Amino acid sequence: MSSYIRNKSTLLFSVLGLRIIKGVSRFGAFLLFCWETVKHVFRRPYRFELIAQQIEFIGAQSLNIVIMTGFFTGAVFGLQLGGIFKIFSSEAMLGGATGKALTRELAPLMVAFLTAGRSGSAMTAEISTMNVTEQVDAMEAMAVEPLSYLAVPRLVASVIVFPLLTIIFIFIGVIGSYVIAVSLFDVDVGLFLDKIVWLVEPKDIRDGLIKSVIFSVIVAFIACHSGLHATGGAKGVGIATTNAVVTMLLMVLASDFLVTYLQVRW
Amino acid sequence: MIYFEHVTKTFGKKTVLDDLSLHIPKGKITFILGKSGEGKSVTIKHIMGLMKPTAGKIMVDGEDISLFDQHGLMAYRKKFGMLFQHAALFDSLSVCENVIFPLKEHGTMPLVEMHERVDEVLEMVGLPEIKQKFPNQLSIGEKKRVGLARALAMAPKIMLYDEPTTGMDPLVSEMIDELITEVNAGNPELTSIVISHDLKAALATAENIIMLYKGKVALTGIPDDFRHSHDAVVRQFFSGRVEGPMEFL
Repeated sequence: MSSYIRNKSTLLFSVLGLRIIKGVSRFGAFLLFCWETVKHVFRRPYRFELIAQQIEFIGAQSLNIVIMTGFFTGAVFGLQLGGIFKIFSSEAMLGGATGKALTRELAPLMVAFLTAGRSGSAMTAEISTMNVTEQVDAMEAMAVEPLSYLAVPRLVASVIVFPLLTIIFIFIGVIGSYVIAVSLFDVDVGLFLDKIVWLVEPKDIRDGLIKSVIFSVIVAFIACHSGLHATGGAKGVGIATTNAVVTMLLMVLASDFLVTYLQVRW
Repeated sequence: MIYFEHVTKTFGKKTVLDDLSLHIPKGKITFILGKSGEGKSVTIKHIMGLMKPTAGKIMVDGEDISLFDQHGLMAYRKKFGMLFQHAALFDSLSVCENVIFPLKEHGTMPLVEMHERVDEVLEMVGLPEIKQKFPNQLSIGEKKRVGLARALAMAPKIMLYDEPTTGMDPLVSEMIDELITEVNAGNPELTSIVISHDLKAALATAENIIMLYKGKVALTGIPDDFRHSHDAVVRQFFSGRVEGPMEFL
């Protein structure tokens, strides 16, 4: 009996150990991929045309959804906070509170979620389709580095576009909150704006933009890495895309906590 | 020209190339034959440096390519043109953009000359009028010919064909085989390597044939060596019989 238990526990530790080794090795490979991609950002050829195409795809084509989500997020936030502030007769604080929440947290996070769902998934699907149909191999066969051609433009475009979308989200979110504050809670326009200026500091905007840059890097790296490592035909493309989106969202949330912790502590 | 010296390639527990040694001569059309799963495509990917051997070495023009770093491999691949099994055209690019792609990437000539070269290679494969079409508007035969045009655009020293006639009607197959011969006839320095199941094409077109079985060379020689071979595996493959020593997995 004791030998049975010993064998079982040995097996358990073996399986556990193997999983840990696999996990560490995968993470190491991912980090190497990130490092190689970053090196290619600074190497010729510089693909400005492809970067512009990706900016148009990730940025311009996401604009409508970012504007609508920004407006409704600000409006809902205004509604929720307005009810609470009304108890303390401090509805005027709505603008400041919404502005603070949007700049520091909501805007970068929501933009990352929206863009991961819309553009990140499309990036993974496109690259993984190219991968399973040998288009990536063809690229390599023509002595064109796939990291330089596929990953770098998406990374650079994401780093440029995420902060811009975040700023737009903040602006539209504040408008959404303003509409609610003025129409439902009779907040004075001047007071609403005054509290935003009073509460939202340049540091808040800076911290929010730092987050959006970090999220952009996470989304682009995971999308491209998943795409370039997809295997197994149409099913593989589906699996790679689903896994990529789930990983992006989890990593964005985890890094959000870490960055917020660092920003709050220092 | 190209030497495989005791090359082994494994994927997990599966050994695809098993201590494989072979020689591909310069300036000739070499067919690599074998049934599905014998490692023909893996062999071609090793030659291009798209895969690294688990053991052994691959010498091309006297250089061990398994020692190349990524930068060295990119420079090395410029001497190749490759026609993939399913053409591997870029979906998002038009025919013209596909063919001009390697020329633009390695930009060694003015844009006007690049377009002239595109016209020239599309003419060569018999498709001069489809420059503005996209891959999803082409038949499989047209895709392969565009893939061939793209591979030829850079005037490679070594052409690799991965099952160029698979899934095509006999007329288009015949045309592709003729193209392979014409391309080589026009450039005596060009080494062509064709991965194929097409025995008729191999016997008609090849100057050298290598047959793989169980990850090793079953027989290598000129087409007549295969016609007159008494090797049971070679005879079974050429006769297309299910009964025989060849294992089907």
